[in-house]
Amino acid sequence: MGEHIAIEMKGITKRFGSIVANEDVDLQVRRGEILAILGENGSGKTTLMNMLSGIYFPDEGQIFIEGKEVVIRSPKDAFDQKIGMIHQHFKLVDVFTATENIILGMKDEGKYNLKDAAAKVQAICDHYGFVIAPQKKIYEMSVSEKQTVEIVKVLFRGADILILDEPTAVLTPQETEKLFSVLRKMRDDGKSIVIITHKLHEVLALTDRVTVLRKGKFIATVNTKETSESELTEMMVGKKVSLNIDRADPVDPTDRLIVKNINCHNIEGRKILDDISFTVRSGEILGIAGIAGSGQRELLESIAGLQKLDSGEIIYINPATDAPENLRNKTPMQIRNLGVRLSFVPEDRLGMGLVGNMDIIDNVMLRSYRSGRSVFLERKAPASLADKIISDLEVVTPGPTTAVRKLSGGNVQKVLVGREISSAPKVLMVAYPVRGLDINSSYMIYNLLNEQKKNGTAIIFVGEDLDVLVELCDRIMVINSGRITGIVDGREAVKEEIGLLMTKSDDAKGGNANG
Amino acid sequence: MADNNAVLTENSGEKKVREPLFHITKKASVPWQQAWAVRIGSVVVALIVCALITMFLTHIDPIKVYATMLNGAFGTSRRIWSLLQGVAMLLCVSLAVTPAFKMRFWNIGAEGQVLIGGLATAACMILLGDKLPNALLILVMLVSALAAGAVWGLLPAVFKAKWNTNETLFTLMMNYVATQLVAYFVTVWEVPKGSGKIGIINQATRAGWVPVISFGGKNYDYLLNIIVVFALTFVLYAYLKYSKHGYEIAVVGESENTARYIGINVKKVILRTMILSGGICGLAGFLLVGSTNHTVTTTIAGGRGFTAIMVSWLAKFNPIFMILTSALLVILEKGAGEIATIYGLNKSFSDILTGVILFFIIGSEFFINYSVHFRKAHKEGK
Amino acid sequence: MIFNVASLQSAAGAFSWTTVAVFLQRAIVQGIPLLYGSTGEILTEKSGNLNLGIPGIMYIGGISGVIGSFLYENSLPSRDAINPVLAILIPLLCSVAGSLLAGLLYCFLTVSLRANQNVTGLALTTFGVGFGNFFGASLMKLTGSDVPSVALSATSAFFKKALPFADKLGNFGTVFLSYGFMTYLAILIAIVAAVVLKRTRIGLHLRSVGENPATADAAGINVNRYKYAFTCIGSVIAGFGGLYYVMDYACGVWSNEGFGDRGWLAIALVIFCIWRSNWGILGSILFGGLYIVYLFVPGSLSTQELYKMLPYVVTLIVLIITSARKKRENLPPASLGLSYFREDR
Repeated sequence: MGEHIAIEMKGITKRFGSIVANEDVDLQVRRGEILAILGENGSGKTTLMNMLSGIYFPDEGQIFIEGKEVVIRSPKDAFDQKIGMIHQHFKLVDVFTATENIILGMKDEGKYNLKDAAAKVQAICDHYGFVIAPQKKIYEMSVSEKQTVEIVKVLFRGADILILDEPTAVLTPQETEKLFSVLRKMRDDGKSIVIITHKLHEVLALTDRVTVLRKGKFIATVNTKETSESELTEMMVGKKVSLNIDRADPVDPTDRLIVKNINCHNIEGRKILDDISFTVRSGEILGIAGIAGSGQRELLESIAGLQKLDSGEIIYINPATDAPENLRNKTPMQIRNLGVRLSFVPEDRLGMGLVGNMDIIDNVMLRSYRSGRSVFLERKAPASLADKIISDLEVVTPGPTTAVRKLSGGNVQKVLVGREISSAPKVLMVAYPVRGLDINSSYMIYNLLNEQKKNGTAIIFVGEDLDVLVELCDRIMVINSGRITGIVDGREAVKEEIGLLMTKSDDAKGGNANG
Repeated sequence: MADNNAVLTENSGEKKVREPLFHITKKASVPWQQAWAVRIGSVVVALIVCALITMFLTHIDPIKVYATMLNGAFGTSRRIWSLLQGVAMLLCVSLAVTPAFKMRFWNIGAEGQVLIGGLATAACMILLGDKLPNALLILVMLVSALAAGAVWGLLPAVFKAKWNTNETLFTLMMNYVATQLVAYFVTVWEVPKGSGKIGIINQATRAGWVPVISFGGKNYDYLLNIIVVFALTFVLYAYLKYSKHGYEIAVVGESENTARYIGINVKKVILRTMILSGGICGLAGFLLVGSTNHTVTTTIAGGRGFTAIMVSWLAKFNPIFMILTSALLVILEKGAGEIATIYGLNKSFSDILTGVILFFIIGSEFFINYSVHFRKAHKEGK
Repeated sequence: MIFNVASLQSAAGAFSWTTVAVFLQRAIVQGIPLLYGSTGEILTEKSGNLNLGIPGIMYIGGISGVIGSFLYENSLPSRDAINPVLAILIPLLCSVAGSLLAGLLYCFLTVSLRANQNVTGLALTTFGVGFGNFFGASLMKLTGSDVPSVALSATSAFFKKALPFADKLGNFGTVFLSYGFMTYLAILIAIVAAVVLKRTRIGLHLRSVGENPATADAAGINVNRYKYAFTCIGSVIAGFGGLYYVMDYACGVWSNEGFGDRGWLAIALVIFCIWRSNWGILGSILFGGLYIVYLFVPGSLSTQELYKMLPYVVTLIVLIITSARKKRENLPPASLGLSYFREDR
């Protein structure tokens, strides 16, 4: 098909408040090619594509379709330009059939006839080799079937340019292979496909060209045939940036938490955690690296007593008595009653860790309000703890009685972390603790974690920025699709090595489980 | 051209091709003074509108309208007592629904829970009236009223906890099951036969009549109810604000996810809170039957179960503010009743005025939670 | 009761087809206001609005028709001058106007101002019932009648006019032909509503708005327009239930509180027929039958109150079973009771 350019984006910049999501990005998509947009979490891939699909409007820059400048302000505009995007979160009505979802919102074509529509859907499916029953209800479908419905919906509307946002994140290897063959068929039909991903092997297996973004900036576009995994990894993670985060050597590390062969699956029956085993020691920070959705959340939640496991053991060794306790399938309350001192800073700060509409004092006492025999709450100690957190962590707030919802992201996180470390935990789990925080707040969090480490706390740090993981953690465990693919020493780790462990294909065998 | 569009759309995500005339955004926060200023302002506007409606229907000037209303509510000491009693009973039911609402459990079944509490009270009076000493009888009445109300509140909660059954529809239906149960027992216990009503229970013996407070030789019929309910107001305020249970209710209502994260048993809290909610309704039934009316009818709850929802919501689920909101509605009702009597209007007139005022207050919440930006005044506008 | 209880009860002694026919006829007559109310509420709820103001709206629809009819009857020089078309059209249009305004008010508060639907609905019911009773009483005062009711027998006669041959075809005539036009209209509307919901593009869009407004919005459907349109249409249909009650069932006699709790029974019927207005036709007859079954079954006066409880108990059982079975098609619309704000996503 050659050099026929379907879409060109020139100098695109998009800001959200003070955060720059995309800065001066250029992009070209040719007719009849599969283009990968590759980048780490937060590199601005989805934002860029959302400006093509009409969700966002660029602050600066121009978009050309078939050489003509266009303005895309809504999903409808995008559709009129024959652009269709399949988002990570499907937009489907559960109680409708596939056909009903596919024709939803379409106004033309005169008579409303589900049979004709179903036949047309079937024709599209047959042409590309999709397998969906047009009469099947969405709630009866697997994730991959739902994704197929979304793709057919876009094709039904006559899209020539398809954008898929991390389409394989929710698919099994077999489903992925099926999707790829469909995408190749579409390319051969002359459609342009853009696939947002951070899985290298998929990029190499599927695409014609790759555009790499890093931290919102355009890095390069290369032909897939002329590149390699290591070159792409280097472009994706960039040169090592020195952050100068302190890292003391662990003092007298002893085993604190031993996770043995745990397994769990989600509602659709897909395995989320696959035979995970590792040990966390006192006085060390164990980093967990992995692309988003590899099972990090479920792993932490199963330790915290919020996720049911199919099998395996989670052994906590009580430092006072050296007695082991199995935490598997215990509720958070039961875990606490065993005398386990476990703290957890979850990823969803306002949806899980804190109550947005309550003030700082009431949030600070979420963990401790039950103490004492009185039926009434004791707010004095929490109030002084709140004051201490505010002054120690420099929380910017009108006062301790301000609702947490009104604080900025960094201050919300300080309140949450402050509360969780105030109970002098023996095990501390933190998930993406610096996401959305400015530099100063981030360093304050690193320092707090290091302080805890010095006190002998065993810390599990789930992170996304490899530079931080490499400088902060004593050991780094890499998980990939629910499996451990390696545990490396933080002092000797190389970013590219971790990047490869994160993204390499599933058939590669996992690394040494005990590091 | 493209530049021009970019300026117009700078703050918003999705945009139609044609710019809408105004753009609505959620306000981050509003100082409480401003919020209450808006609410009070809306009541004032509503009162003016009500006065205009009244003027239109009665051709009297608005000052006189309000004077008549105030006279109707406060004119004589009997009216004041009756007003206080009305406030107390409405407040009692409003207190009952509040813990459930704070938990985001839409208990609109207070009417039925009050009725069933009243029915239990009446049953004890009729069946045990001559078998137990009075003090014990009253205790049994109280306990059975609380238990009956609690069961009526618990049932929807059980199904909500187990199968996530829609509690709004469930509690609504339970109201009419209770109404028909009362109607059934009224015909069973009717005195005299064929009258279709129970009449005053134990009129001769006064068995099971909750004692009336009196001093200086004067009886204060409603005083006990008023004292009980006002005491309860402060108890419930403390329960919601200072007790561990109240704290758990608030956490569950705000975010079930957070509740699980810190180890609150969400189902247990739902069941416990609905027992409390139904129980307080049962208490209201006990007071209405055992202390005020000494009889039971299907209309004894008098729509308070529904009005209470609005009282509680208007007061933002704060029991102390609920004294004010319930007083507002009762004063309105009594005042409009007086206008109706004097000017020969139907007493449903008060429902119309209540409805109008409620519409204004309900609508005013929008201006507290959202701001409207008009296109021309693009930079700022509330 | 409007009809002759004694004759029915005497008929109850021995089984006869005539009794069955009369029972069915009375059940249908009782069921029609419920059918109007539930069809209206189904359309409303399918747009995601839980309108608890329906009982009030039914009062408003009824009294608005009564006011129209009253003004028309009083403007006539004599009762013979009555024009059949106007006698039907005036009350009908007045009823539409009243219910439509009430529906618009509800929409303005809940859709445009995003107010809490439960509170708004209950306030509307307070207002509507008060509105009905107030103007009912005012009309009574105008007529100066001794009995507390307004009788509009002249216009009512046109509403009650049964199909020809109703009384000549025996039981068939009784069961199928003996009603005024509003009975057939109710059934027609219920069927049309079911067809629109299930078989048209508009119905598909409406259901998507009630199930998942964000998805509907992304598909280019104007969520607010659908909510407004179908809540208002639903209100008008429910208002017809009130109009039918006074003009046909009650023979044009408005008495305060006469309508009773039928509005809530209509909401129960929505759940009972699991949001399908065609099933609502049979459901309304069943509910109507339960309402009057005591007249036909021997037993004490008190058991009638227990029979009246049955519709609600049955509805509760349906509610529990559907939620336990979790069959998605039988559950309430997923976003029922929630207001939609695009930027909340």
